[in-house]
Amino acid sequence: MIELALDVVSWVLLAVGGACVLIGGIGGLRLPNFYTRIHAASLTDTMATLLIFVGMMLQSGLSLATLKLFAIMLFLLLTGPTATYALANAALLSGLKPEGDTGQSKHGENTQP
Amino acid sequence: MTRSPVRPASQRGEARLPAVLLLLLVLAVSWVLWSGLYKPLLLGLGAFSCLLSAYLAHRMGFFRHQALMALLPGLPAYWWWLLREIAVSSIEVAKLILKPSMPISPTMVELKAQSDSEVGQVILGNSITLSPGTVTVDVHEGKLLVHCLTRDSARSLQSGEVTRRAARLENN
Repeated sequence: MIELALDVVSWVLLAVGGACVLIGGIGGLRLPNFYTRIHAASLTDTMATLLIFVGMMLQSGLSLATLKLFAIMLFLLLTGPTATYALANAALLSGLKPEGDTGQSKHGENTQP
Repeated sequence: MTRSPVRPASQRGEARLPAVLLLLLVLAVSWVLWSGLYKPLLLGLGAFSCLLSAYLAHRMGFFRHQALMALLPGLPAYWWWLLREIAVSSIEVAKLILKPSMPISPTMVELKAQSDSEVGQVILGNSITLSPGTVTVDVHEGKLLVHCLTRDSARSLQSGEVTRRAARLENN
């Protein structure tokens, strides 16, 4: 009974995680420019990582594999933002101006910052 | 809100040996757990790589940042809070992406970190990047430049809960 419940929960987590990856991909295509596309990637980076790894940990039960999965998740979550920062900072330093800097939004409405 | 007496961890210069030993212990335990094999060759390789890692960490200046060890007790509560933030903002970003009109309003904001130490600023910057919808673009002299996907997320960032919690992590 408990096993069935664990199975259901873990499959739900895995499915939602997969959906997060998909939505992140769609966002990468739909969003208009570099800086906004990074946000879509971070959806894949964090939420999908968390959900998929917790789902896999529930599948593997109480074993050494769970500990290893947890460690992989931790390393991904610690290094992911660093990589994102390196990417965004490189873009900024090489002179790519983010729009919206002046409080002007994509749809042309003028808003004071 | 501090439960134990405030101790500026970054100013303790002499507590080096315990930090080195703690790092070696953590490395050794993780090696033994990871490999699960107890042959002399593998244990020897493990000892070698633990020592090498400790030496490299020393070369990188890991032990200059005494704050790292002082962070550990507050970490679970912080992670739990961060997890909820990530979940909430993930749902928001997913909704934004899937809406046909895609109502985004990219905004740049500048945040002032409450902590003076490098470690504190790194934790703050990475926490901001970790939650979808906000990305730290630049860190310079205690100021963080953050790109937000919507004006709402920029506003909630400026309300300062992240900076407060990240700073509290360091001095409890």
